[in-house]
Amino acid sequence: MINYNLNHLKELESETIYIIREAAAQFENPCLLFSGGKDSIVMSWMARKAFYPARIPFPLVHVDTGHNFPETIAYRDEYMKMIGANLIVGMVQDSIDSGRVKEEKGPNASRNGLQTVTLLDTLEKHKFDAAMGGARRDEEKARAKERMFSHRDEFGQWDPKNQRPELWLLLNGKKSVGEHFRVFPISNWTEMDVWMYIKSENIPIPSIYFSHQREVFERDGMILSTSDFIPLRDGEKPEMKTVRYRTVGDMTCTGAVYSDASDIDMIIDEVSVSRTTERGTRADDKRTEAAMEDRKKAGYF
Amino acid sequence: MELLRFSTAGSVDDGKSTLIGRLLYDSKSIFEDQMDAIKSYSDKKGYEHVDLALLTDGLRAEREQGITIDVAYRYFATPKRKFIIADTPGHIQYTRNMVTGSSNSNLSIILIDARNGIIEQTNRHSFIASLLNIPHLVVCVNKMDLVDYSEARFNEIVEGYKILASKLDIKDVHFIPISALKGDNVVDRSETMKWYNGPTLMYLLENVHISSDLNHIDCRFPVQYVIRPQAQEYHDYRGFAGRVASGIYKPGDRVLCLPSGFTTSIKSIDTFEGPVEEGFAPMSCTITLADEIDISRGDMIVREGNVPNVGQDIEMMMCWLGDSPMQAGGKYTIRHTSREAKCLIKDIRYKVDVNTYHRNEEDKNIKMNDICRVNVRTTVPLFYDSYRKNRITGSVILIDEATNSTVGAGMII
Repeated sequence: MINYNLNHLKELESETIYIIREAAAQFENPCLLFSGGKDSIVMSWMARKAFYPARIPFPLVHVDTGHNFPETIAYRDEYMKMIGANLIVGMVQDSIDSGRVKEEKGPNASRNGLQTVTLLDTLEKHKFDAAMGGARRDEEKARAKERMFSHRDEFGQWDPKNQRPELWLLLNGKKSVGEHFRVFPISNWTEMDVWMYIKSENIPIPSIYFSHQREVFERDGMILSTSDFIPLRDGEKPEMKTVRYRTVGDMTCTGAVYSDASDIDMIIDEVSVSRTTERGTRADDKRTEAAMEDRKKAGYF
Repeated sequence: MELLRFSTAGSVDDGKSTLIGRLLYDSKSIFEDQMDAIKSYSDKKGYEHVDLALLTDGLRAEREQGITIDVAYRYFATPKRKFIIADTPGHIQYTRNMVTGSSNSNLSIILIDARNGIIEQTNRHSFIASLLNIPHLVVCVNKMDLVDYSEARFNEIVEGYKILASKLDIKDVHFIPISALKGDNVVDRSETMKWYNGPTLMYLLENVHISSDLNHIDCRFPVQYVIRPQAQEYHDYRGFAGRVASGIYKPGDRVLCLPSGFTTSIKSIDTFEGPVEEGFAPMSCTITLADEIDISRGDMIVREGNVPNVGQDIEMMMCWLGDSPMQAGGKYTIRHTSREAKCLIKDIRYKVDVNTYHRNEEDKNIKMNDICRVNVRTTVPLFYDSYRKNRITGSVILIDEATNSTVGAGMII
């Protein structure tokens, strides 16, 4: 007798595929935001499944700060070939060169904040009316109340008090001219779900997720990689350490963790006993108490 | 591992946040940095204790006003199950939020303060749980520590609740005496309430039988997207992609396509991993058919001998979510499965008082948080079942054509 129960990963996958198909059906010109991080990897992995045997009917968009880990970019190009997707790259450098944004100065300078402008410009240039993102509700408290179809006004801004109620899985993508949507197909996944899925599907991921030798230094409790983009302050001594990354972001604001986890099973073990959230390694969330909420309102994801 | 979605509802003082905090904390789902963040906020505000409610009150706007605006989703897992909590606050917009949060739940926790017993709010919670057809209810009689862990008090509340439940359509109800603050019967068995032999809340959450919550009898497959690969090797491929709403589909099954009424048989049920022998709820898959039939998004593939209702005049219970009142005779966009149409509010039959269950046939002014029974007329036929029978093919939302907001949640009778 067949067991008519889906395990939790298969049920989450089915929900995600449903949401991605709804986005493709309800919007005229959707895209999928691809950062090279594990969340956007699993999301695009399921986008491929959603339309198989056809190809993914929308492009993937990467906002490149120019300060990415080189491993991420190499991985990205390889992965696009593998899943047969079209990639559009928005360069933060272009936004700086055209005077749209000003590069931050000082020792904590990061291009992370500038991404928002490049992202909105890229969406506008290609007339995208919906952008799928790999944000999860368990990541951060401002995201716990995010909708699967999140309405943005004509400035790309998010108004937390004016979000549409979402019932059952009847998603409402109606909008006026000039407005657009952010769509979050993996809203209901946790960090652990994502890792278990990567394992069960055998999905390739960037090498920086696994432990490796790297020259790092500590600043404000964060372990940062040495690079041309981060000037060292007095007293900061880089050392070779065994580290890995729990999230993949800009080199200037993504911290590593000391870890020997060199394969998926070891990562799953590490995540299951971990006592800090993965965003704990991100300086961009630490700037103020409601940092994520402010950035969301401005149009970041 | 299975997935269980449950909702909690309650007002400020009934210990709901403490209960959720307890479930998250005892299942080791609160991280140190989250704990540090709420500790430092509690200190800054001069609270004596760490306010666990801060874990669920996410947005700065609400922290400043001390209220929770909407449904917040929380996640935790035990080795047996993964849990998704839809946490709904209990203030004025309570009905709208609880309806939203409960719409996908397998189970709802109703909290009763042992000192106060059944109050108006208990009636309201129970009514909404029954209206939303939540398969399992758990009534937690909380703050047992404040009534000396009295068995008599617990039994009194259980008896009272059974009378209340008899007026509603509630299928499966459990009662647990707990103290969320002290941890009695939440995750660990109570040492002080030896008279209680039933399960703890966590045991129930991990073991309640949910596989029968899905309808595996009536085959309903709303078509979401038509897949036509523009590639030589799949030249003639036409697949109908969707998520099985209910029932079990097999290759070779005779099926009927709505609205065309054409019949054919299933050629294959495809997934990325390859064709499967059976497609069942809640799988996302792609169906190919033996004959070429014109099918598009919004159509439905069903079994020949088991068809849903097909019609344009539909009666439903409606919870109003919009800022402006429902317009009798007004036009709205209606969304039902993957189908979209326009509809007209033809007749408001009555409004229900969610506290007393009284049906008011005089007052037809339907505002936000009101629940009423209405007749609507749609521009095209919908293929529907009663909500009691099928939560997916029995539910609709109404969308305001001017603002594009979701303003109504309907459950077909």
